Amino acid sequence: MATTAEGFDAPTAAGTTHGGDHGDDHHMPGFFARWFMSTNHKDIGTLYLIFAIIAGIIGGAISGIMRLELAEPGIQYLFWWAGASEGDIAAAGHMWNVFITAHGLIMVFFMVMPAMIGGFGNWFVPLMIGAPDMAFPRMNNISFWLTVVGFLSLLFSMFVPGSGGMGAGVGWTVYAPLSTTGSPGPAVDFAIFSLHLAGAGSILGATNFITTIFNMRAPGMTLHKMPLFVWSVLVTAFLLLLALPVLAAAITMLLTDRNFGTTFFDPAGGGDPVLYQHLFWFFGHPEVYIMILPGFGMISQIVATFSRKPVFGYLAMAYAMVAIGVVGFVVWAHHMYTVGLDVNTKMYFTAATMVIAVPTGVKIFSWIATMWGGSIEFKSPMVWALGFIFLFTVGGVTGVVLANGGIDDNLHDTYYVIAHFHYVLSMGAVFSLFAGFYYWFPKMSGRMHSEFLSHLHFWVFFIGVNVIFFPQHFLGMDGMPRRIPDYPEAFAFWNMVSSYGYAIMAASMAIFFVNLAYAFTAGRKAENNPWGEGATTLEWTLTSPPPFHQFETLPVIEDHHDYHDHRPATA
Amino acid sequence: MTATASLNHGEDRAGANRKNAQVGGMAILFALAMLGLGYAAVPLYDLFCRVTGFGGTTQVASQADANRAAAAGTNREISIRFDASTARDMPWEFRPSQPTDTIRIGQRDIATYVARNTSNVPITGTATFNVEPAQAGIYFNKIQCFCFTEQTLQPGQEVNMPVLYYVDPAILEDDVIADVEQITLSYTFHRTKEPVSSALDRSQ
Repeated sequence: MATTAEGFDAPTAAGTTHGGDHGDDHHMPGFFARWFMSTNHKDIGTLYLIFAIIAGIIGGAISGIMRLELAEPGIQYLFWWAGASEGDIAAAGHMWNVFITAHGLIMVFFMVMPAMIGGFGNWFVPLMIGAPDMAFPRMNNISFWLTVVGFLSLLFSMFVPGSGGMGAGVGWTVYAPLSTTGSPGPAVDFAIFSLHLAGAGSILGATNFITTIFNMRAPGMTLHKMPLFVWSVLVTAFLLLLALPVLAAAITMLLTDRNFGTTFFDPAGGGDPVLYQHLFWFFGHPEVYIMILPGFGMISQIVATFSRKPVFGYLAMAYAMVAIGVVGFVVWAHHMYTVGLDVNTKMYFTAATMVIAVPTGVKIFSWIATMWGGSIEFKSPMVWALGFIFLFTVGGVTGVVLANGGIDDNLHDTYYVIAHFHYVLSMGAVFSLFAGFYYWFPKMSGRMHSEFLSHLHFWVFFIGVNVIFFPQHFLGMDGMPRRIPDYPEAFAFWNMVSSYGYAIMAASMAIFFVNLAYAFTAGRKAENNPWGEGATTLEWTLTSPPPFHQFETLPVIEDHHDYHDHRPATA
Repeated sequence: MTATASLNHGEDRAGANRKNAQVGGMAILFALAMLGLGYAAVPLYDLFCRVTGFGGTTQVASQADANRAAAAGTNREISIRFDASTARDMPWEFRPSQPTDTIRIGQRDIATYVARNTSNVPITGTATFNVEPAQAGIYFNKIQCFCFTEQTLQPGQEVNMPVLYYVDPAILEDDVIADVEQITLSYTFHRTKEPVSSALDRSQ
């Protein structure tokens, strides 16, 4: 168990020298202690990544069921999934609601967030700032297992009674009154409890990151010399800390409304269901930045590395993320344009929402300017980063369209919205995740993946997701509502195309797993820095994989180091 | 070297742990404060709506306010449409006596709604209310209203429920809303939720 802070002192107290060459892998714990009671930030990061991949497979499989059902008009498979007789529309509809709910919650809380923050954040924040570990290693472990138990609670909810069948069919937003008086049965309680657990885990994680980044930077690593990925995690941690407790309050009110007779969201007792929406989106909008900001950070590292240039406009890049985080808290009602907001309120939220395009534009243009005149290498992380920049911009542009209160009256809850947020998440966030994965996989595993398979994965995935989601813009413009399993004949063609896109995307995932298998069985051993002179942050000064405990002698950031190059001066 | 070094190292570590606990503790306090704010949002949202008329929340006025408004009154007329509905589980018939009324702005007027309990048990109801367009909420003043209190109807009982209201002349100075020709006053009757304690008593 003594792998934590106390562990470091053991050799010193015993009188050994404090250098780095007395075997960094001393007191490596056994399998169970290492993986189930882990306090090592790299092991916990690995656990988070494995967890996110598993959750992603489940959440992705559910979206496969959805695309299969939506491939043609009419209801083909839902009766079977619901275990209901042919023609039991209510049961099929509930099953559908359960699928969309599970897909949304899994992808948001148990795939993107654990991968971005728990996975890459845990792995690389300490490495990049020159810290031996996170500030609270044991709390780190608690965060991870809370997330796992939260996930199990969500899965469990699918197998206990909800309204009209098994499972919670309330959408990822869990709107009242559907989630209160509209959903008897314990399923929704388990889904809410799942969010409590995952939220608690994330709040503890955010606390850990903030403390680590504020207190444990290597000597000389000022805030304005920190890599942008660390900046992105810092801003994300603050967003988590400010947004998640509001969600916790809102869903606790749901729980008491459901079970203990309170009327927070019930007008019969003086409550207001719209208040739930305000509270949810006060969390929900920062949440979308929580999901994308660490991606911004990774893209900045990758673009700089493979352009062999310092990132353009470092300070503007860092403070653009701060600005996005701040403004992200005052735009929430653009998710609620159709609840009956008056026109002045809509005007404010329209304007405030569009303001976010400014710092986001700063980031997009700075990435392009970083590449400008650079010595660009199209290695696997870079192609994913370029894909990210292109597709995220597409999603951002449709976001500016949807920001308009007047236009949103027509597009609200249509497939246009689905297309928009999948362009920024399922392409923006996921492309940055794959970019980060290929960028750091050699560092994490010590093995090189296949560049060919990575590129193939990229192209097939790129084509797949665009074929899925681009036609959904047309469907939405034509008025196809989201959250329905059946639709008129007029929408059939583009739905079929979209479902074919899913098959292409699924094939690309097979390539990804083949690539992983290749790397672990036949992959070349990775050097300390496989990416050449563009990779200048501290993690590349360590072995691949890094020692179990790193930086027992802290690296020092000297005056000649800037925000870009943290390598020690070579003799 | 080893003894002092490890001693200093130990002190450094204690200092670092204290600093970590401080920053971490502050972060947790932040989170708890936001949790508290989440709950504080419930009364604050209510207060915000009542003060600003947000979402078409009507205002409560005294007789004196009404007299002042009448004194400042104009000849501009405005139409008021009366809307009534009931929650799904509410076995009442509920309708306005007249669908619309035309009043002078500033002048007080009385409107009546008719409610009848169609079930065979006494039922207590509470009405929620607002006006459309939402921006008119701040100018729509009620002096008396059946919606201020709970209403209990015996089986089959029918009652007239009055609302005494006026539209504040200040509405004419608000560019956003001055040209509105009709305000809809809407009520929805809900079956009053019994307090938790009585629900528990009943189950015993």
